[in-house]
Order: sequence, then structure tokens, then C-alpha cells
Amino acid sequence: MNKLNRTALYDLHRSLGAKSIPFAGYEMPVNYPLGIMKEHLYCRKSAGLFDVSHMGQLIIRSATQSMQSIATELEKLLPIDILGLGEDRQRYGFLPNRQGGIIDDLMISNRGDHFFVVINASRKEIDFKYFKENISKEIDVELISTRSLIAIQGPKSEKILSSQIGELSSLNYLDVKNFTYNGEILWVSRSGYTGQDGFEISIPNSLCEVFCKSILEQKGIEPIGLGARDTLRLECGLCLYGQDLNETITPIEAGLKWAIQKVRRTGGEREGGFTGQEKILAQIDTPPSFKREAFFPDGKAPLRSGTKLFSDDSGKNEIGLITSGSYSPTLERPISMGYLNYTKFKVGDPIFGELRTKFFPIKRTKLPFVPTSFKRN
Amino acid sequence: MKFTEEHEWLELDGDTVKVGITEYAAEQLGDIVFVELPDVGISVTKGQEIVVIESVKAASDILAPLDGEITEINDAIVDDPSMVNNDPTGEAWFFKMSLKNQSELDGLMSEDEYKKHIE
Repeated sequence: MNKLNRTALYDLHRSLGAKSIPFAGYEMPVNYPLGIMKEHLYCRKSAGLFDVSHMGQLIIRSATQSMQSIATELEKLLPIDILGLGEDRQRYGFLPNRQGGIIDDLMISNRGDHFFVVINASRKEIDFKYFKENISKEIDVELISTRSLIAIQGPKSEKILSSQIGELSSLNYLDVKNFTYNGEILWVSRSGYTGQDGFEISIPNSLCEVFCKSILEQKGIEPIGLGARDTLRLECGLCLYGQDLNETITPIEAGLKWAIQKVRRTGGEREGGFTGQEKILAQIDTPPSFKREAFFPDGKAPLRSGTKLFSDDSGKNEIGLITSGSYSPTLERPISMGYLNYTKFKVGDPIFGELRTKFFPIKRTKLPFVPTSFKRN
Repeated sequence: MKFTEEHEWLELDGDTVKVGITEYAAEQLGDIVFVELPDVGISVTKGQEIVVIESVKAASDILAPLDGEITEINDAIVDDPSMVNNDPTGEAWFFKMSLKNQSELDGLMSEDEYKKHIE
């Protein structure tokens, strides 16, 4: 087995009593002594600090090309509006493959003289190579390893973070801004993956521990591990790459049509022109028979990723698969997301999940399980 | 109280033994949200998976500590699985069983031996 990578906060995690697990090649805290349930609830009502330095940070820039030319090049790879992404604004997107499946989902920011892209830990090398090989040679793609990524999430995150770096009230959801901290520049976006108000901070590795320690000295914030990060994102219906998204699932099947702006759809000013457009645009016109759905298992048993779904309680007619499932600390019940195949299932049919050779009844519900609470003015 | 390597405790209770999991095990499992207990009256053999526990993060099995028959189960922990985190060696026992061979209890670990085992 390869040695696991460590983030700049490895020593801090240990001193905080974190329980660690291997995740995407990194040794990461799954929870701290508070435990997943209390960490989750604490983040919802107050604030949490997450080390997400395992994620990839890409810089895309050019010495010879304008930002507009770079945006035009990027629009060949991403089915989203990048030319229309204003300076210091961030947007959710994904890289489709030729069949319309998803190579990765990501966050992209326009930073005035470059684009900054945050990608999934497990897809770092794949994405980096893909960008390099599929973008004009005039454009440089850099995967940076000198910066850490910290998320501060929850209703008290603005107050706590501003006590350390300055006023944040002018930042709205998906705004990005630079701040100075100990003489270094932090790249701060008002975003995250908990479905709550919060911030993601790209910070030089050398400053990361000092910064996080001083944040954690504030009242109302606790360190939160990947365990609660998973339940927080699931409650808000956010997809986890590798579970809810992969190279065989299209963004339309995954319910991510909202992220493809009208300008890139059929009839739009810059319709198509991106990898995977044939399948993706066709599915916008004719909805696919395979779709991401939300489920409430009837009982107390969580139905997790990999649970097969049937329309009968004997395992005859397989109709889908659960791709994420856990216990929801907010709703105090199990919740699941997964895919239903509408060629085998019709609305009104019963649904059963197979667990330990038993069949548990499930009800379909709507996403998100818990409403999001972003700061929008 | 006697202990197994699988982090169960056993306590003699008349003709039967009461079985639960240790504080160490409860802490390792994390927040328990689901417990499935065996049916009363079934015969079990040592090492058989007879209880399912789900924490927020994952599912685990509890094994039958010795050969015998299940005589009673604790429905309270099925209704409120968090009891297992709060009082694992008290109120949150899992089941009672009659042992096929009560002398096998002697082969299990004492509290001191178990403490060394988890060090």
C-alpha cells in the first residue's frame, strides 16, 4: 500500500484527537472526539472548520491569451457559462466526457487574470491531465501543492472568520475576494459543500496551522471531520463524486441541469460546443429514463451506497441503486439518494431496498432533505 | 463480568448471561443509530453474527460470544439506539442467553485482562 499523504494540518488533527481514515490517498480526520452526530449539529447551528486540503486547486492562465480567450477555450470542456462569469465570481460546473458522463464536478472562479478551479481529491491527476491535453497550448494549467484549503461553514462562520481576516459582509454567496493574513494572500470564496452559509479559504501551507488554531480559539466553532461533511452535504442533496456521480452518469441524469445555463443549451447564444454535448443537449430536450432521486427508508436502518432497489419485496424487478445513504442528524432518520430506472419503475410503484437479504420499504421524496441557507442579497 | 476479544461483556444473571458491548466498543463505533437484535428462542453458535449495529458512518456485526440459546432481548435499545453510547454496560444490554456449557465462561477474559487487551 502506498504511503498516505498528509495535509499541513496533520499535527493539529492529531492534537485535537481526530480519528483518521484513508480518503483519496490522504490520511484525513473522519471525526474528532465530539463525534459525527454532534459535529454535524454544531455546524448547522453554529460553525465548523473543515480541512479540505486534499482537494485539488488548479490555476488556469495564459501569458499570451486574454481571459476571454481562456473562457472560450474552457467552454469547449465545460457546459457552463464561463464567458459570463464575472470577475471574482464562482460557479459550480463539471467536465463531461464524450459520452456525456462526468469526469469530475468542480467549482470555478474568475480571478481577473486567471481562473481558479477546485476539484475532487480522487480526480486531481485525471482532471489535471485532461485539462492539459484538451486545452490550447497557449494556456497554462497548474496543479498547486503549496496551498491548503480550509472550509468554515455554518451560521456563525462570517462572524468568526471576519474576526481574523476582516469584514466579510460585502461578500455574497459565490463571491470571491483576496484577504491579507500575516503578510500572505488568502483566496476566500463564500461557498462550501454543507448547504449552509460559509467560506472556503485557500491559504499558503506555511500559514495554515497558525490560521486554523486562531480560528478554533474563537467561540462557536469546532473542527469537523469528513464523516459530518458527508452527512451535511447529503442532507442538502449535494452529490459526492465517485458515489452519486461518475463517468457513466450524465449531468441531466444526476439532476444537475440547473448548472447548465440557458446560454449553453439548445437555442442559447452559445449553444453546445462542449464535449459530450450530443447526449447532454438531447437529454435536456427529452428527459432520461434514469434519474437521481431522494429516498426516505421507512424504518430506522440507513440504506447506504450500493443498496439495490426493487419494486417488489423478493428481489425480482431491480429498478435502481442507492448511491449515498446515511442517518440524518437534523431529521433524526435515515435518508438516501440514488438512481431510479424509469423503464422499470413508474411513479406509484412500491420501492424496496435490499439489505442483509431483507427488503426494506422506501418512499420517494424531494431534494433537498434539509433546506439550504446561503447568503444571497 | 467477563469479556470477549470482540468487545462484548457477559454477566451471569441467574441461569442466563446478559450480553452487551463495552464502552471501548461503543466509543469506537461512534453514534449508534440502529440496532437489530436476534429472535428470542433461536440457538446460536459462538462467532455467529446475531446483532447488527449501524452507526452514522457504517454497519457492524456483533457475534454470539458462546454457544447457547437467546432467552430475552432488550427492545429499549432498538427504540433508542443512542442508549448504547450512553450506558453500554448498564441499561443498554443487548440480549440474554442460556449457555450450552456454562463453564465456557471461565475461558473468557477478566476485566483486567480485557483492559490490557484494548491498550
